[in-house]
Amino acid sequence: MNLIDLTLTEALEQLRTKKISATELTRAYLDRTKKFGAELNCYITITPERALADAAESDKRYANDTARMLEGIPLGMKDLFATRGIRTTAASKILENFVPEYESTISQKLADAGTILLGKTNLDEFAMGTFSKTSFFGAPVNPYQRNHKLTAGGSSGGSTSAVAGGLALIATGTDTGGSIRFPAAITGLVGMKPTYGLCSRWGCTAFASSLDTMGQIARTVDDATLMLSAMAGHDPKDSTSANFDFKIATTPLNLKGLKIGIIKELSDVKISDDMKNLFAARISDLKSLGAQIIEISIPNILDALAAYYIIAPAEASSNLARYDGMRYGIRETGHDLIDTYMKTRATGFGEEVQRRMIVGTAVLSSESYEVYFMQAARVRRMIADSFNLAFKQCDFIVCPSSSGPAMPLNSDLTPLEYYALDLFTVAMNLVGVPAASVPAGRSTDGLPLGIQVVGKMFDDARVLQMAKHIETFAGLDNRPTSVMGE
Amino acid sequence: MIYTIKGKTGDWELVIGLETHIEVLSKSKLFSGASADYNPSVPANTQVSMVDAAMPGMLPVLNQECVNQAIRFGLAINADITRRSIFARKQYFYPDLPSGYQISQPPELPPVVGRGWIEIESDNGGIKKVLIERAHLEQDAGKNMHDKHPTKSFVDLNRCGVALLEIVTFLDIKNPENNSFITSPDEAERYLRQIREIARATGVSNANMEEGSMRCDVNVSIRKVGEKTFRTRTETKNMVSFKFIKTAIEFEARRQIELYENGGNVSQDTMHYNQDSGTTSVMRSKEDALDYRYFPDPDLLPLIITDEQIEKIRKTMPELPATKRARYMNDLGLSEYDAGRLTESVEISNWFESAVGGVQPRAKGVANWMISELFAHPEFQMKPTDLAQLVDMTRDGEINGKQAKDIFIKMLDGESGSPRDIANKFGMKQVTDTGAITKIVDEVIAANPDQVAEYKNGKVGLLGFFVGQIMKKSGGTTNPAAVNEVLREKLS
Repeated sequence: MNLIDLTLTEALEQLRTKKISATELTRAYLDRTKKFGAELNCYITITPERALADAAESDKRYANDTARMLEGIPLGMKDLFATRGIRTTAASKILENFVPEYESTISQKLADAGTILLGKTNLDEFAMGTFSKTSFFGAPVNPYQRNHKLTAGGSSGGSTSAVAGGLALIATGTDTGGSIRFPAAITGLVGMKPTYGLCSRWGCTAFASSLDTMGQIARTVDDATLMLSAMAGHDPKDSTSANFDFKIATTPLNLKGLKIGIIKELSDVKISDDMKNLFAARISDLKSLGAQIIEISIPNILDALAAYYIIAPAEASSNLARYDGMRYGIRETGHDLIDTYMKTRATGFGEEVQRRMIVGTAVLSSESYEVYFMQAARVRRMIADSFNLAFKQCDFIVCPSSSGPAMPLNSDLTPLEYYALDLFTVAMNLVGVPAASVPAGRSTDGLPLGIQVVGKMFDDARVLQMAKHIETFAGLDNRPTSVMGE
Repeated sequence: MIYTIKGKTGDWELVIGLETHIEVLSKSKLFSGASADYNPSVPANTQVSMVDAAMPGMLPVLNQECVNQAIRFGLAINADITRRSIFARKQYFYPDLPSGYQISQPPELPPVVGRGWIEIESDNGGIKKVLIERAHLEQDAGKNMHDKHPTKSFVDLNRCGVALLEIVTFLDIKNPENNSFITSPDEAERYLRQIREIARATGVSNANMEEGSMRCDVNVSIRKVGEKTFRTRTETKNMVSFKFIKTAIEFEARRQIELYENGGNVSQDTMHYNQDSGTTSVMRSKEDALDYRYFPDPDLLPLIITDEQIEKIRKTMPELPATKRARYMNDLGLSEYDAGRLTESVEISNWFESAVGGVQPRAKGVANWMISELFAHPEFQMKPTDLAQLVDMTRDGEINGKQAKDIFIKMLDGESGSPRDIANKFGMKQVTDTGAITKIVDEVIAANPDQVAEYKNGKVGLLGFFVGQIMKKSGGTTNPAAVNEVLREKLS
């Protein structure tokens, strides 16, 4: 047995029964990070000393029966979450040496649940991107078919690379337009964007506040469920945090009589044959368990991308105004105040972040506000109304997580082609509904593909139950040693 | 008569709009838990939370105490309280604004406090209603300091994020017949004093211009007498004294008159007021107006206010200065002047009411003593009960006015004890015994036969002479009323 291949659920069982120790488990992950860390480039910062100290503490707790929910589980933390005393860069040069004095709610909750922080995972700069290529620290690599140097997706590409490659057992992500679900889908993992408001945003570097959703990346649905139960919960420090008590479902979901919606408007979208076939196969699997498949309509769903690429940059341009070189982060001194601002921001931000801030500033300008920002807000409202209507007809909506599998990191895509990759994921952020990507199987080339299960607001527990059925049918072997071809 | 300025081409009248910022009194800031106490004695950057410093991932949480203060002020200015309003980000780069945006309430939607009005004394002596368009909550900025270092500037963020209430007067352009706005520098001052009184009486703000807890932007336009429409206005920013505001309005109006009368036009500029010269100059032309890129703050939920919340606050509303003034005049019989002086601050009116202690006949005397004596000696910490006793002793004839004054001066000089103690100690007692008075009167009449003759021949003004002689002889202890009575009888 290789410790790295244990799922979260299995590892907890072994820890509880003292078959393994938290120190052994942590050391296995640290060793593997030493071995593959540079190749996968999934961590920006690693914290091995602290991890071993925490593991020793976990072992004590197992010894004296005070183990917590996720005691001793090695965790990767997307480097967008503030971690006290550990630099938090958002993969940006402007925060290259920023060490916060505070701990984000999510990282605190996971620490309180007993997890062992291995390090801060790589991502697109300020989570803006689809391949994690906009990172100031270089792109993380997909552990599948390592010789091809495929993308692990973005923006949570460091987290998916780490979990899929066995450099973390679970990892946090953030999903603003698909940044958890897309990378999880193309690395054979379960990745979830919970309901907006279920997990606190406090202490997580903001990209687009009305869309940013904190979520989890794991190898199995059960693992993702456990992890979410440690993360969810009301936080008075986040005014948009919901007062909702997340509870793990205890009995399997009976599909008899449940209605699953397929979005009509997405049927014409060009996707790979493999994706098409896997999607059809999984749908017929669900049918075989008694689910009823119906067609539903989200008339404006194809406009979601346009609305998203107005709203997200608008909020980003505002949220990133604070990086001005005055109080923390880098500063490039100019000949006067304005020049200092310009030099600092021109040096500190990468090209994609600058592009989005310029777009965002433009769409909020008084002459564009009505035609761009307000129009996008109306489209968002209409899509939300359509989802509400659809959920009167069905219990879940399922759709592909992406049009195809992981692409090579050196693919030469235009910004618009990158943005188009978010087609299947952005609508859920605009609406706020929970959506989990779960492995659907492999492409003919052997690369993983994912399907999304979308649920009603705060129906996260059932979304995961439905995803579990798909996971079982897909039967994807995503043990890190097998993924890495060892 | 409406205030006008004479130009070469005729008389011009003024249209004045005021945007008044008052610093809201609250324990913590509008969106953070840091203390809202930013006064200069507090060391720089010691009242700054991670939210105020705009650290990555920090989120604002609305302070309900500030909302309640806004509602309180809204009720005091007869305003509609908006049941659902939102917060928006007003964006610009400046070092005293760490997040790069000020959380405010957007100009195009009704903020927490909607339409209202207050009454001021108009230039023609009557009461004028000044319409108020809105009062919204927003964050104050920090303070840049440029005098600490030859080449560097510093920023103090203690004030950053403290709640401000911005009160904007209303010019109802769509319904000109409803218009009621400020039309002179004096009215502007009276409006601001009234706002200050209301803010202090409700405990919403100290509203002190010298301390910076009240600031004002002044909009001025002019028009020919008789004109029904409005002309382009200018806005003079950040005014911090009544005197400057009046000078700036006057100067700005004359500048605009000169422009029009020389064939020019006024452009909608933002002006800067120069305190030394008393003049205004263009700070930012209309073309360079900043685009603040307002948009709803996605970190905050809409501000919902319930009827219960409003009613709860209404029940705790203190009496407002205008109501109090009316009560002092109607119930306590004070003059308008006295009532005005005694309602200048809550401290003053509280002291007054404590001295009166619900004894209506005492009111006039207490008012007189306060206005003519106590206001002149602000260092003298007299007890309200002592003044009440002094007034009562005089009113009951126990002592006379001169003795009361002597007692007051002794107290002022540090004599301890109550007025009655002092009267006893120094044997100050008014002689009201008619026998004793008659005796002195007889002596004085006997000693002044010539004056008695003159009086009897019709020179009645000599009565005062006799009274003076009698008071002198008695050492000021006799009751003047009793003396008068006996004297008239004897001389008739």
